[in-house]
Amino acid sequence: MSAPNKSYDPVEVEALKPEEIERLRDEALAAFAAATDLDALHEAKVAHMGDRSPLALANREIGALPPAAKAEAGKRVGAARGAVNKAFAARKVELEAERDARVLVEEAVDVTLPYDRAPRGGRHPLTTFAERLMDVFTAMGYSVAEGPEVEAEWLNFDALNMGPDHPARSTQDTFFLKDADSVVLRTHTSGVQIRSLLAASEPPVYVICPGRVFRSDELDATHTPVFNQVELLAVDEGLTMADLKGTLDHMVESLFGEGISTRLRPNYFPFTEPSAEMDMVCFVCRGESVGNPDRPCRTCSSEGWIELGGCGMVNPRVLVACGIDPNKYSGFAFGFGIERMLMFRHNVEDMRDIVEGDVRFTLPFGMEI
Amino acid sequence: MRVPLSWLREYVDLPAGETGRDIQAKLIRAGLEVEGVEALGADLKGPLVVGQVLAIEELTEFKKPIRYCQVDVGDANGTGEPQNIVCGARNFAVGDKVVVVLPGAVLPGPFPIAARQTYGKTSEGMICSARELGMGDDHDGIIVLPPEYEPGTDAIELLELVDEVLDIAVTADRGYCLSLRGVARETAIAYGLPLRDPALIDVPPANSYGPAVKVEDQAGCDRFVARSVVGVDPAAKSPIWMQRRIQKAGMRPISLAVDITNYVMLEMGQPLHAYDRHRIDGAITVRRAAQGEKLRTLDGVERTLDAEDLLICDDSGPIGIAGVMGGAGTEIADAVVDPETGEVTGTTEIVIEAAHFAPVSIARTARRHKLPSEAAKRFERGVDPEAAKAAAQRAVDLLVLVAGGTAEAGVTDIVAPHPVHAISIAADLPDRVAGQEYGRETVVRRLQEVGCTVVGTDVLVVTPPTWRPDLTDPNDLCEEVIRLEGYENLPSTLPNVPAGRGLTEAQRLRRRIGIALASAGHVEVQNYPFIGEAVLDALGIEAGDPRRDTVKIANPISHEEPSLRTTLLPGLLGALHRNVGRGMMDVALFELGRVFRVDGTAETLYHAPRLPVDRRPTEDEIAQLDAALPRQPYRVGAVFAGNREPQGWWGKPQAWTWADAVEAARTVADAARVSLTVRQDQHTPWHPGRCAALYVGEQLVGHAGELHPRAVKALNLPERTCAMELDLDLLTAGGAVRAEAPKISTFPVATQDVALVVDDAVKAADVEAALRAGAGPLLESLRLFDVYRGESIGAGRKSLAYALRFRAADRTLTADEASAARESAVAEAATRVGATLRG
Repeated sequence: MSAPNKSYDPVEVEALKPEEIERLRDEALAAFAAATDLDALHEAKVAHMGDRSPLALANREIGALPPAAKAEAGKRVGAARGAVNKAFAARKVELEAERDARVLVEEAVDVTLPYDRAPRGGRHPLTTFAERLMDVFTAMGYSVAEGPEVEAEWLNFDALNMGPDHPARSTQDTFFLKDADSVVLRTHTSGVQIRSLLAASEPPVYVICPGRVFRSDELDATHTPVFNQVELLAVDEGLTMADLKGTLDHMVESLFGEGISTRLRPNYFPFTEPSAEMDMVCFVCRGESVGNPDRPCRTCSSEGWIELGGCGMVNPRVLVACGIDPNKYSGFAFGFGIERMLMFRHNVEDMRDIVEGDVRFTLPFGMEI
Repeated sequence: MRVPLSWLREYVDLPAGETGRDIQAKLIRAGLEVEGVEALGADLKGPLVVGQVLAIEELTEFKKPIRYCQVDVGDANGTGEPQNIVCGARNFAVGDKVVVVLPGAVLPGPFPIAARQTYGKTSEGMICSARELGMGDDHDGIIVLPPEYEPGTDAIELLELVDEVLDIAVTADRGYCLSLRGVARETAIAYGLPLRDPALIDVPPANSYGPAVKVEDQAGCDRFVARSVVGVDPAAKSPIWMQRRIQKAGMRPISLAVDITNYVMLEMGQPLHAYDRHRIDGAITVRRAAQGEKLRTLDGVERTLDAEDLLICDDSGPIGIAGVMGGAGTEIADAVVDPETGEVTGTTEIVIEAAHFAPVSIARTARRHKLPSEAAKRFERGVDPEAAKAAAQRAVDLLVLVAGGTAEAGVTDIVAPHPVHAISIAADLPDRVAGQEYGRETVVRRLQEVGCTVVGTDVLVVTPPTWRPDLTDPNDLCEEVIRLEGYENLPSTLPNVPAGRGLTEAQRLRRRIGIALASAGHVEVQNYPFIGEAVLDALGIEAGDPRRDTVKIANPISHEEPSLRTTLLPGLLGALHRNVGRGMMDVALFELGRVFRVDGTAETLYHAPRLPVDRRPTEDEIAQLDAALPRQPYRVGAVFAGNREPQGWWGKPQAWTWADAVEAARTVADAARVSLTVRQDQHTPWHPGRCAALYVGEQLVGHAGELHPRAVKALNLPERTCAMELDLDLLTAGGAVRAEAPKISTFPVATQDVALVVDDAVKAADVEAALRAGAGPLLESLRLFDVYRGESIGAGRKSLAYALRFRAADRTLTADEASAARESAVAEAATRVGATLRG
């Protein structure tokens, strides 16, 4: 580097001549424009912007100029270097974009390749449907009660006003245990209701009892000896049949949609009095298939109604057997089979599909129903 | 109960245009389960007429004998000429009156009739059987009509072929609706029309010269009416109208006497029995059977009687099982025609029994002898004891009218006094039960409509009618009022349910487990809990194993599977086998359910007390009920076969292995927020070298691993099938665990790897435990990332490579601190399991 020289004339320094600076700048700009990839651009950068590049060298010469000349020379070199830096950055962006475009195209894959690497699982619709029902009732304030599947006859029959001669207590309907007295596979979850009443020191009792039950039927397209039931029991002061009806209406609306209601028809069950059979408006045709052969409904067989199960006001005799004063308290109850409801809600055509555990049946139901 | 509308209209003046469907809807609303309306003869079209057979030509050249007949059909064919008809039946002769369908007609089916060539002749129509006309299943031959009808008479009307029949499923409480009388009563109430009660007929008072009857068991038989008819024409046949009504009601016409008893039973609901008086020896006696006594019933079966069975006897012994089925010995004799003289002999003197038997006794006997007869069905559900006299009278009248008999003046009527049962109810009870205001006036009116006598104002004293033995409690009366006012008119309200607490922890846990396992690729199944010895044998579960101690069913669906499961594996493996058999080779199944375990031999097991129902059982009694039950713990099980990951463009397949079984158990434990300790074990039916025992603390909670190859083979399962089973009750015995939030350090992590060489027999779990213990509190996590066996480390040894992550809560660890912790970990491993650092 030259030493500062007060008599130094910048015009006399070759490298700092204005035309020379312009030339260096233009050379750099041309080199960047000529670079066709990032490697070439890098080489051009070293050549034209590096420490040994002519503009860098020219910049150093400025220090040797007399103070009066420094400002002008510095301004000239600075402007040239600024233009070079800017051109480099612009070209770099261009070339990077080109490279990215090329490389990402090269990296492309067929995203339609099938990927069944992780196994799919699923929960049984009987489980998830029962859960759905429980959610409806727990949201209303009910508890979910459970009990044993092998049950004492007193809890399964006697306490429910099904005396020793009730026809349901025959081997036609009930599985009895060998060498046992008064112990059966429960034929309904009503025993759990009795247990709930016995466990409560005093009503109110509001419980829903889901669970497996057993009847000695052979398995066929519409029957299974092992099936799932949901039963409800409410015992409180002043409960009425209107409350039963309202609760049923709420349930079917929750499960089948706005505007679906129930209908009660008189029936007979020993554990309820008055008793009723409950139907719901067909959620598929909403009754429009009735008497309308052009629009048949296979869900309700064009009846407009779907049979759900039995219900009624808890027979006061049941309350007495549980030590509850029937003059103070009343209650309502209902029960139905989950399989049946699953069948009509999801068009299951054969009961065997529900019980056989074929994964093709269960998978489409996923995690919730 | 099948109710022909034409018959029903005899008791209620229903509007003329009212269809079966209309009546069905009304009766359903009133609580009768009318399952359907059968339209008889809906697609039937004439001409269908009476014909007289003029000539028969036997055609013998065919495989079966065929008749070519000339039949006079009057003017029905438009010509008055005899009709030529080919007929395959042989139960008729020249001169007989038959039913002829002519070309152009349509028989039920629909089955259009045309003249056609058959057996080399032209058949201009058909001679009809009962089945072809939709009258019943009888196809033994063609119908031969009584001789009094003129050829050409319209047979559609004559045979009452067009009708509607209500099919009613009568519930156990409504025995009175097993009769036209009962259904007519409900119909009359539903339409607000008067009822013509068929039981309201003139009956002579009882006297001392009726058939001799002794009732020795008045508890079993509180009413016995007996009447007699003499001079009955044994050749008399049931008139067509009676046969048709019996057929439409779903029974078969048999003989005049039987038809009359059935007809009256259908009409009034009172089962009757007809005896041939000449075959009764002495007085009719009602008594219980002697144990082991024998009787041949009408169906020809010899039955050994039980001491509880109520019998009808005479001096010779039992002649019938009361209310269930008569005996063969006193049956009305079939008419016999003397071929020489044409004289008909048979029963000419008939004794009619109309009795009332205790429902429970009849039900038990019918069940004991598997004899669900029409009579038993009615007695079980309750018959009107006051209808007995009228029913007997009706039968007598019909025998006189149809069979030319003469009623004898004697009327036997033995009545056991029974108290009048009145029910007191508050007049507003129906309102309070329904949640709707009916008012006293409506309540009283409705109760009177069903036949009750009602007195009182605020408290009503209600005496139910004799045909309603089901009305015993105040709520029974409420039901009558509410159903007649219409269940469909009930308001819809919601009770004020106290605030609830949602699901229990155990219930939520089962959901979490289900979701976790399904998310991990397992499919839930719900298997039957029935197992047999065979599957336990196949699994290799030995005698003495508690899983052999099963709860046994007395009346199983299959005698191959008479027990309840003690483990979930049989059901799961069955479902696995089924899936594989159907071509799903890669399967992972799980089940959540109860198993049934018999622990010990407590005397209380299986012996539940029979407790009364008029009071709450004591705590001690409730405990006795529970003590009779086997333990029924909840379990979760899973089985795996085939590939977890199939072969694909990403690489090779990965099979389900023992490790996935253990992992499934961990998935369950994670859901339960308990930590599972795995120990090597040998436990049937698992592979002795690939079986993990699963512990929570020191409590064994289940097993997982690969199944024993022998069990796999015996059950015909895919090779290397794996399984897991956990007892949820044991898993959660420690109670709900609340997750504790960790302290998150934001200081940098220091990672150190270490490879330790140990003896092959050393368990990874022990090495890990040693490292954790030695590393101290700075250790954040530890992960085994490689297992190596090879010459460089010597035979019988393995190298376990761990990545250790250290971090402090309050500072950045120095390299020295991390190294010190690592060295301490290695030293502990050296001490505990003889580990050496791999050089």
